[in-house]
Amino acid sequence: MSTSFTLDGNDVPFTPGETVLEAARNAGHYIPHLCWHPEFSPHGSCRLCTVKVNGRPGAACTLKAEPGQLVESDTEELNGHRKTLLQMLFVEGNHFCPSCEKSGNCLLQATAYQMHMEGPHFEEFYPDRPVDASHPHILLDFNRCILCGLCVRASAEVDGKSIFAIAGNSLGAHLVVNSESGKLGDTDMALADRAASICPVGVILPKRRGFVIPIGERRYDVATVDQNGQQELP
Amino acid sequence: MNSLKPLYPTHQPRKLKVATVSLAGCFGCHMSFLDIDERLLELIEHIEFDRSPLTDIKQIGHCDLGLIEGGLCNSENVVVLKEFRAHCKTLVAVGACAINGGLPAQRNHLDLAQMLHDVYQSRPGMTVGSVIPNDPELPLPLNKVHPIHEVVHVDYFLPGCPPSADAFWQFLTDLMAGRTPHLGHGLMHYD
Ligand code: SF4
Ligand code: SF4
Ligand code: FES
Repeated sequence: MSTSFTLDGNDVPFTPGETVLEAARNAGHYIPHLCWHPEFSPHGSCRLCTVKVNGRPGAACTLKAEPGQLVESDTEELNGHRKTLLQMLFVEGNHFCPSCEKSGNCLLQATAYQMHMEGPHFEEFYPDRPVDASHPHILLDFNRCILCGLCVRASAEVDGKSIFAIAGNSLGAHLVVNSESGKLGDTDMALADRAASICPVGVILPKRRGFVIPIGERRYDVATVDQNGQQELP
Repeated sequence: MNSLKPLYPTHQPRKLKVATVSLAGCFGCHMSFLDIDERLLELIEHIEFDRSPLTDIKQIGHCDLGLIEGGLCNSENVVVLKEFRAHCKTLVAVGACAINGGLPAQRNHLDLAQMLHDVYQSRPGMTVGSVIPNDPELPLPLNKVHPIHEVVHVDYFLPGCPPSADAFWQFLTDLMAGRTPHLGHGLMHYD
């Protein structure tokens, strides 16, 4: 029995234990994803990585690769669903890219370009969560958070600080800061923390360092999200 | 038999009628449209403008295409948008503001009355006795800024703040050729 599966007709070898997403990526194939990051355990919240394995939909970031699986990913149907998921994420937050410092370097935005998301389709939520500017070096704009949980994992697993958590449920789910005041300034967060650079969108931003990369030279100006491949780590 | 004159010269297709408008926009999308530069001369062979900030036509007629820049921030915006929808076969939300409210929608977390008060009544340097403008000639602001698709059906979205001239060109040439407009890498952007 060979340890490979097919992805959209291509043979993808894998090491037992790997997920479909990991194996695909190691073989140089792009499966859209937002909440997955190679340094961390899968999260399974964004659903962008949904593929069909032997006809059944599942999250490629959590499904273990098995020999002989028939995996479909880059299909009109699945990309259509991905566009809908992206539209849901966009209306759920205040994604005013024209003034966002992450624009051009944002995984959510680049993935939306990749999936040809021209417009938001759904009604805007226009959430109203106050910005947290209490920290001397780091700014938080919660209205752009996609609840990928990467900062939560990075802070707990790498920095050993557990500064972030996701609280509330359903539509009320939101990112919180673990300090008595709920303010970032009252934590021991440092700019050098892994959690300070992991956010794939424009929530956790260093202060006084906006708009430093000229338009045309930003990560996703230079290459599309699928071409960025191996080096898309923030 | 007497001669039956064709309505239009048969050797030349009818020009597309195009209307454009800026609602809660900054006119930047119109500027970016004009950035197609000398290609405007080519375009004008195929289209003619109806109501638009670029013409003097006050009332919109029946049009093939309506390009809407800006979101909805006041009552007049809503009336004009509905007029455009009623008169245009194809309606396009052009630019970030028309698409998701854009940066003007950042006012949505502020209280409208307080904002008007802050700007027209209590700003430092205002004449004593200044009041919030209240002439019925002025359209009332909406409580919140909205994208246009929340009020009328939108056929296409042309993203960007503003969309680049090349994006306009690609979009319009696709549409005129009867193709579904497609913006590739570099033309599709939200910023
Ligand atoms: S976080 Fe990304 S998608 Fe959201 S406003 Fe910023 S650049 Fe746009
Ligand atoms: S702040 Fe950023 S990293 Fe943290 S959950 Fe939100 S989007 Fe993910
Ligand atoms: S990457 Fe798999 S659910 Fe987010």
